[in-house]
Amino acid sequence: MNPVNYLYLAALLFTIGASGVLIRRNAIVLFMCVELMLNASNLALVTFSRMHGNLDGQIIAFFTMVVAAAEVVVGLAIIVSIFRTRHSASVDDSNLMKL
Amino acid sequence: MTSSGEAVQFWILAVIAVGGALGMLLMRKAVHSALCLAATMLALAVCYLAQGAVFLGVVQIVVYTGAIMMLFLFVVMLVGVTTADSLKEQLKGQRIAAVFCGLGFGVLLIAGIANARLSHFTGLAEANAEGNAQGLARLIFTKYVWAFELTGALLITAAIGAMVLTHREHVKTPRTQRELAAQRVKDNIQLPPLPAPGVYARHNAVDVPGLLPDGTVAEDSVMATLRERGQIRDVSPQMIRRMAELESTTADWLGRPPSARPPVTGPRKALETVPKKAAPRQAAPKQEEDEA
Amino acid sequence: MNSLIPLLVAAPLAGAALLLLGGRRLDRSGPWLGTLAAALSFAFGLALFLDMLGRSGEERALHQRLFSWIPVNGFQADVSFQLDQLSIVFVLLITGVGTLIHLYSVGYMAHDERRRRFFGYLNLFLAAMLLLVLADNYLLLYVGWEGVGLASYLLIGFWQHKPSAATAAKKAFIVNRVGDMGLSIAIMLMFTEFGSFAFGPILGSEGTAGGAQQAGEGKLTAIGLLLLLAACGKSAQVPLQSWLGDAMEGPTPVSALIHAATMVTAGVYLITRSGAIFNLAPDAQTAVVAVGAVTLLFGAIVGCAKDDIKKALAGSTMSQIGYMVLAAGLGPIGYAFAIMHLVTHGFFKAGLFLGAGSVMHGMDDEVNMRHYGALRKYMPVTFVTFGLGYLAIIGFPGLSGFFSKDKIIEAAFARGGTEGWILGLCALTGAAVTAFYMTRVMLLTFFGEKRWQPDPETGEEPHPHESPSTMTVPMIVLAIGSVFAGGLFTLNSSFLKWLEPVTGHAEGNSPLQPLTVTLLTTVCMLAGVGLAYLMYGRSPVPVTPPVGSPLTRAARRDLLQDDFNHAVLVRPGSGLTASLVYLDSKGLDGFVNGLAATIGGISGRLRRIQTGFARSYALSMFGGALLLAATTLLMRSV
Repeated sequence: MNPVNYLYLAALLFTIGASGVLIRRNAIVLFMCVELMLNASNLALVTFSRMHGNLDGQIIAFFTMVVAAAEVVVGLAIIVSIFRTRHSASVDDSNLMKL
Repeated sequence: MTSSGEAVQFWILAVIAVGGALGMLLMRKAVHSALCLAATMLALAVCYLAQGAVFLGVVQIVVYTGAIMMLFLFVVMLVGVTTADSLKEQLKGQRIAAVFCGLGFGVLLIAGIANARLSHFTGLAEANAEGNAQGLARLIFTKYVWAFELTGALLITAAIGAMVLTHREHVKTPRTQRELAAQRVKDNIQLPPLPAPGVYARHNAVDVPGLLPDGTVAEDSVMATLRERGQIRDVSPQMIRRMAELESTTADWLGRPPSARPPVTGPRKALETVPKKAAPRQAAPKQEEDEA
Repeated sequence: MNSLIPLLVAAPLAGAALLLLGGRRLDRSGPWLGTLAAALSFAFGLALFLDMLGRSGEERALHQRLFSWIPVNGFQADVSFQLDQLSIVFVLLITGVGTLIHLYSVGYMAHDERRRRFFGYLNLFLAAMLLLVLADNYLLLYVGWEGVGLASYLLIGFWQHKPSAATAAKKAFIVNRVGDMGLSIAIMLMFTEFGSFAFGPILGSEGTAGGAQQAGEGKLTAIGLLLLLAACGKSAQVPLQSWLGDAMEGPTPVSALIHAATMVTAGVYLITRSGAIFNLAPDAQTAVVAVGAVTLLFGAIVGCAKDDIKKALAGSTMSQIGYMVLAAGLGPIGYAFAIMHLVTHGFFKAGLFLGAGSVMHGMDDEVNMRHYGALRKYMPVTFVTFGLGYLAIIGFPGLSGFFSKDKIIEAAFARGGTEGWILGLCALTGAAVTAFYMTRVMLLTFFGEKRWQPDPETGEEPHPHESPSTMTVPMIVLAIGSVFAGGLFTLNSSFLKWLEPVTGHAEGNSPLQPLTVTLLTTVCMLAGVGLAYLMYGRSPVPVTPPVGSPLTRAARRDLLQDDFNHAVLVRPGSGLTASLVYLDSKGLDGFVNGLAATIGGISGRLRRIQTGFARSYALSMFGGALLLAATTLLMRSV
């Protein structure tokens, strides 16, 4: 088997995640989709690391994880505070950013 | 080219990962989505391990599947576990456009990878010679040390940000126990503890109401949930009669006058002893609002 | 000594900065600080003058380069000063008279709340005027030129609460702009022609030829006419004379310093300084002479008809500067006499204005001479000093004006031919008219009966009184100058010799003997005085002015100059402006507004794309990423 298959898998997962962001309305699920996209890119990075024979790809994947963790913390805090005021976790209900 | 063992492993993991991803996308309830995503992440962790990224594989399991997904579940509980997305799409054409875009993007990505002629894989045997974690550590603390420091700052900022975002100001001082008790007296709500359920030693199940001295049922001895559902077990008339006989025998033996004896009751009068809870309890918070 | 030259300018400039930026805490000490700055500058000027006396004629000019102002390749403008015999005369006049008038203003403005600002402006004026006369290139001279214009504007409009003062300030500023335009174009022409701004390369110096000596006459005539336009604006010569009369709205010390003694003579300085250009452009010289002669009569006639004491004196100023311009236009014969008359005029006219201010001070700011009369008993010091100034200006033998004016008339005759006769007769007539209107002022103000009018608001009769000593001392000093300056300058031709290295010297051959001219002048003067005495001295003067002849009525309206300006310049100008406004609001604005409305409409439709739904934004982002990826792949495969 060619390890390129890992890249195909990553591409597929990324696409599923991106479509999920567009389709799902629940803010929490939306966040999960973003996490899936990040994970897919991590898989690609790990595969690249293996392809080139050095560890820099893994390092970048590691930093991606850290950033993802920070993002989840802040994002979930935002979701909770929005839910408190609007009693809804749907992203479509927060649509005041227009004229 | 890899071993056939890894090929088999890859195909199994790929099916799990894609299945989990699709499940996350299609499940209506957020909890199910989260569980599907956890499965995908676990599959990816194994993929990392298989590709020589031992440290990342472990971190993926511990941090992602362990910490981040738990955080997701926690928020799902907080926000409401039962709320399911309605399947009705509100934005016109959004779903079709999303599917179209997704398909197009996927096709482009896969076509791009297929065109890239990525036949040569060096493998990590040399890079991992002194151990994967040691190799990563060497890089993190030398070449990437500045980025590493910055991620520390980022995490602290994120933690403070989350605290600030979810922090709620107390507009007034919380009421003390004494004030709460005084309020209860003022509102004429039951002051002593509620009666316990069960009739003497014969029945001690929680759905058996206690009896008042006159033999009537004390409905508030049964917990509110059962009361709401109407699941109070009916105490048998036979037993009530026996209780009355027992009472009269005791009175005879003691020689009590008729006035001191409990009245002989007819059929049970329901709900008489349950205090009228609704009015004062609702009135109290309204009054507070007025004061505020 | 060179290093003292910048200090001449720096002292009043620092005073102005201190007073204008210092705030309220300087309100009390401000007047004396301003006077101190002026006196300091005078002391520096005196030191430099004494130093200059110690050197021989050729080595007297000093040059001091302060810094390079605009250093561009091929365009060098320096802030550098030149102090020669001509400059030092101006420096002493400006700082000397300036200091006296500062001192006078301490008393005159004592009750004005904004006097700190007034003294700041006066110091600013001194700095700008000194910069003008000390500059060694035309660009720096232009800075000073605009600076005095600004100070003049600020001081004329100092009592800005009076609409007439505000209007007069604007009028002075705008009319001066016409002249300034001439100066700036002349400077540009000089730069393109000679490649420099500095006096040395343009005008040439002793023994070495400058650019002017090599240039064609046509170009020199053009430059000369433009310089004349500038001089007309600043010195209130016909046709740009209309602002000076209105400028009397300013406080009287301002009229004395700026609009009599110093600033209005800047035009004469400019012509004298650019003598090398005018000497080689006879046509331009003829124009200068013509302007001078016309203005000399124009101002004198206006001065005869005015009842406002300051406006009568303003007409006189115009006329006397006409004399100077006439002399300056005569070439090397006249330059020195022009400057000499300028200095003596600086003394006696400043003295006359200060006297007028003193009278107004005592008469509760009354300016109408028909409401004066018999003031000689009430204001003896003012009467004596004013009287000495009067005798000087009419050219009473032995006093300053006699010497300087006499020489100018003589030089006018010396021009030769018909031209000389016309100019000489004009100047003689001017002398007679001067004697007439000055005698009229004198008689109306100090002699005759009391014609004092009660204050229209309070109904009180004015109580004329002598002014405080801060005001009388400058008047006395100026009166002494008016008496002796002319004689001192003429003695042994000292002034002529002093200026000779700068202005050159030429002896004219007058068709008349000098003694004849002197006699003729004196006769004319006596005739003027006699006529005025016949008209105003023997019979009581009516309080309300009689209707008078058409000429009198025209002269009261400044010989219809404002009507002329209004009809020829203002009305067509406002018509043009109105049509341009119409074009702008209907044509251009219509186009611009239509464009704006179109864009607004399109934007209103485009706005609908902004739904507010995060998911639609994400979709467009994803679509964009899709397009980018597709483009990248396409470009790579091609």
